[in-house]
Amino acid sequence: MLAKRIIPCLDVTDGRVVKGVNFVDLIDAGDPVEIAKKYNDQGADELTFLDITASSDNRGLILNIIEKVAEQVFIPLTVGGGVREINDIRRLLNAGADKVSINTAAIHNPSLVSNAANRFGSQCIVVAIDAKKTGDHWEIFTHGGRNSTGINAVSWAQEMAERGAGELLVTSMDRDGTKSGFDNKLNKEISSRVNVPIIASGGVGNLDHMVEGVINGHADAVLAASIFHFGEYTIEDAKAYMRNKLIEVR
Amino acid sequence: MIAIVDYGMGNLRSVYNAFKKVAPNLNVVITSDATEIRKADRVVFPGQGAMPDCVRELSSLGLTDVVIESTRNKPFLGICIGLQMLHDFSDEGGVNGLSVIPGKVVKFRPKNHFNKVPHMGWNQVSQIRDHFIWNGINNNERFYFVHSYYVEPENKKMIAAKCSYEAPFCCAISKDNIFAVQFHPEKSSTSGLQLLQNFTRWKI
Repeated sequence: MLAKRIIPCLDVTDGRVVKGVNFVDLIDAGDPVEIAKKYNDQGADELTFLDITASSDNRGLILNIIEKVAEQVFIPLTVGGGVREINDIRRLLNAGADKVSINTAAIHNPSLVSNAANRFGSQCIVVAIDAKKTGDHWEIFTHGGRNSTGINAVSWAQEMAERGAGELLVTSMDRDGTKSGFDNKLNKEISSRVNVPIIASGGVGNLDHMVEGVINGHADAVLAASIFHFGEYTIEDAKAYMRNKLIEVR
Repeated sequence: MIAIVDYGMGNLRSVYNAFKKVAPNLNVVITSDATEIRKADRVVFPGQGAMPDCVRELSSLGLTDVVIESTRNKPFLGICIGLQMLHDFSDEGGVNGLSVIPGKVVKFRPKNHFNKVPHMGWNQVSQIRDHFIWNGINNNERFYFVHSYYVEPENKKMIAAKCSYEAPFCCAISKDNIFAVQFHPEKSSTSGLQLLQNFTRWKI
């Protein structure tokens, strides 16, 4: 049976992994290659790197990191953050990324997703959706949840899947950083409307949240950052816990 | 020398890195040169993206013949679309393959909505037949898959392993010097690396 995936997310800036809450008070958490190896050894099913480098001068550093990680870690690697055009995707894939996650650029230019899927295959195109509850529905937000686009998140998810996204990374901006669990209603709604896998993201504070993400939110994979970075739980802890709740894991 | 056939479809660096990891002293090359592929002791035939594009690119680089030739005379490892292309025909774009393995490539059409397409993630590989390539790999070990189409070889005796996604499907074939898998050993952590190491030691 296909296993539900557990994906640690590493925020990278200027070549280092950082940790913090809601991108505030970032502290250095170490070398990306070492951390990637550690999670791999713990049994992570994939790794996601989010490049939050502000200065364009240092954007190229992520390519170096991915090259080094790909030489030593043999599980799928996804990279997101600052992906604007086909050439960004090509560079990341050539550096060793298996999938590239497109976020804001898809909103400005939805055809980037279709073009990228045609060029490189749907299997390596992830669309990241940052959604926030607005009245009785969810809308897509940009800039860390500050700016509304007015786009309905569920119909957006459908459009992205139709355009060739091979996977959707759904982050609840209401829950991100709150440690109160995923927005499982949002995830379930999207998961029931699209036929591609969904990664639930935003809000994990304990292992029950991961279980709920799969069972209540119908997520195919769960992504978490802080609970792993701060050493509260290892990936092994998470898997043992989920297995105990009869969720299929590797 | 191991030649990884490069026909411009996707990044082959992971495959290269994985071989360098398990066999640091082996000469591994990523190549589009038919002469080099012909000279190689072992050939790896990867592939990602859509099969019609793969068939077209392989042909436009003039590599179709040398790949078919390699399937006849040396250890040959197909990966993902590299497995699918060995077959006669794919429903994906209605395209003809290399007809090395009689059979066709068909799409997943899950009835259960919980089963998404692509089939993406770690699934169990149940070994149908003994093979040198399985050495040191437990039966039902998990490997990383990402694909929307799967192969249906006509000769069921060629099925080396099955996987299940709503229904069982063929995820590895073997025939003489050919071994080909639907999953990605280069992305399947220790079990994948073991498989690749076995390939470097497989004698036909």
